[in-house]
Amino acid sequence: MNRSILFILAAMSLHPAFAADGDATQVARGKYLVTTSGCNDCHTPWHLGPSGPEPDMSRMLSGHPESRVIEHAPTLPPGPWIAAATDTNTAHSGPWGVSFTANLTPDPETGLGKWTLATFTQTIRTGRHLGRGRKILPPMPIPMYRNFTDEDLAAIFTYLQSIPAVKNRVPEPLPPVVAATEAAR
Amino acid sequence: MPNPVWFLTVAAAAALASAHAADAPLPVHLGDTGLYAAGSSTQIDPRNLAFSPQYPLWSDGAAKRRWIYLPPGTAIDASRPDAWEFPNGTRLWKEFALDRPVETRFIERLADGTWRYATYIWNEEGTDATLAPADGTTLRGSYAVPAEFDCRACHEGAASPVLGFSALQLSADRDPLAPHADARTDIDLQTLIARGLIKNVPSALAGARPRIEASSGIERAALGYLHGNCGHCHNSNGTPVPVELTLAQSVVDGAAGTEHVLRSMIDAGGRFRPHGASAAARLVTPGNPDTSVLITRVRSRNPQTQMPPIGTRLIDAEALALLERWIAQKSSSTAEELKP
Repeated sequence: MNRSILFILAAMSLHPAFAADGDATQVARGKYLVTTSGCNDCHTPWHLGPSGPEPDMSRMLSGHPESRVIEHAPTLPPGPWIAAATDTNTAHSGPWGVSFTANLTPDPETGLGKWTLATFTQTIRTGRHLGRGRKILPPMPIPMYRNFTDEDLAAIFTYLQSIPAVKNRVPEPLPPVVAATEAAR
Repeated sequence: MPNPVWFLTVAAAAALASAHAADAPLPVHLGDTGLYAAGSSTQIDPRNLAFSPQYPLWSDGAAKRRWIYLPPGTAIDASRPDAWEFPNGTRLWKEFALDRPVETRFIERLADGTWRYATYIWNEEGTDATLAPADGTTLRGSYAVPAEFDCRACHEGAASPVLGFSALQLSADRDPLAPHADARTDIDLQTLIARGLIKNVPSALAGARPRIEASSGIERAALGYLHGNCGHCHNSNGTPVPVELTLAQSVVDGAAGTEHVLRSMIDAGGRFRPHGASAAARLVTPGNPDTSVLITRVRSRNPQTQMPPIGTRLIDAEALALLERWIAQKSSSTAEELKP
C-alpha cells in the first residue's frame, strides 16, 4: 500500500464521522486476528478442563501467572528434546533460557495499559521489549508477526486495549543454564 | 459529511508522503555522504563542524569523533530549548574507532522532514567505508554494528532525533566529572548562536551556560551520565518507553527539572523486578547501591537484564563506580524531601 493511501486512512480514522464505526470495526478485526493467530495459546494460562488442557479464558491474555514461581530451567530428558513448557503453557524453557509470556491486558502497571500504538507496533517490528529494550525471546513468533500490516497491528492493539484488565506481574526471563553457570563463576 | 478542511489535510499529507520518494538512496560509500573534502578519504570537509557532547554515550570504550553539517543559510530552531528542530538537509556523522576506525554512523534529515539512519563499515586499510546491512552485523566476533531499527529505537524516542547536539550537551560549562568526555571543540552553545547557526533562542538561554542543577558535583555527573545514556528512552517530552522514569534533563526547568528526574528514581518502584528481589525493590535506594535496581541493571550484561539494552556489551566500570558513589552518598532523607 503506498504512503498516500496510508495517510488518507490515518486522516479518516481521525475524523469524527468515521470514529465510532471505526473503533467497532477495529475491535472486531483485532479480535479475529488475535484468535486466529494463536495469541491465546501462550498468553492465556492453560488449566485442565473437562476435555483436557485448555486456555483459562477467565484469565484471558494475562500472561504467565505471577503466583507460579519458576526458579530454574528444567532438565530435559536425553534425546532430541530442546524445549519444555509448564502446564500453563506460559513459561517456556530452551536454549534461550526460560521465557514467560507477557500480560497483554490493559492493566496499567503490569500489562499494556500505558502502551501506545507506536509502542506496540515498534515492539512487533523490532522484536524488542517495549519496542526498544531486550530482545523478545522464543517461542514468540516475531519473525512471522512482524509481517503484519500497520492496519492489522492497529486493530490488534485496539482489541487488546478493549479486553478486561488483569493485574498480573509477569517475571523477567531466566538466563540460559550455560550463561547462568558462567555468570556464577 | 467530511468538511473541506479535512480534505485539504488529507491532500497535504499525501503530498508530503510523495515528497519522500524524491530523496536519493543512501550512498554505498561513506565518501559520497559529504563527510570528506573532495578527493580525500581522511580530510574532513571544512563545512562539517566537529563537536563533542559533554555527556557522551558509552560505546564499549570506542573512541569517537563527531561532525555536523547544516545546509548554507539554514539554522537550528531552538524555540523549544530541549527539542531543537534541525533544518532539512542536516547531516551528522559519528566515527567509532578501536585500534583503528571501525564504523561511521550517519543520520540525515531528508527533504520531507523525516530522518534516515545508516552506518558504514571501514576496511582494514582505513581507505574506504561501505554501507552496512540494514539489519546490522557483528565485527571481530563481538563488535555490534546496529541495525537500522536499532538506530531508530534510540534516536526516535527522544524529543529530538539528534541526541548529542543540544543546549546541555554543548554548554560551555562542561562537567569535569563526566565519564569519557572528549576534549571540547570550538563548537559550543554560544559560538553557535554567535555564528547564526541557531535561531529563536529564548532570551533566558541566550547568554546562558546551561548545567544540571544538582546538590553535588557527583550528583551532577551521575545525572548527566543518565541523561546522555538513558534519556533518549526515558524522558517526558519525546516518545518514551511506557515506564514512569525520566532521566532526560531540561535546560528550561532548572532545579525543578532535576527534582522531577530524582523523584522518578529515588525510592520509586519499577516495572522490572529482578528474580529473587522483593516487591519492595526500588530503582534507587538512597545510601544503598547494592539493593538499587538501577545499579543491578547497569552492572549487568545479561542481555535480558542490562541497561542500556542496545549498543553495549561491556560494563562501563567508570560510570558504574560514579553511580554507586552517588547512591551511597544520597541521604535516606532524600525520599522524604522529594515527596510532593
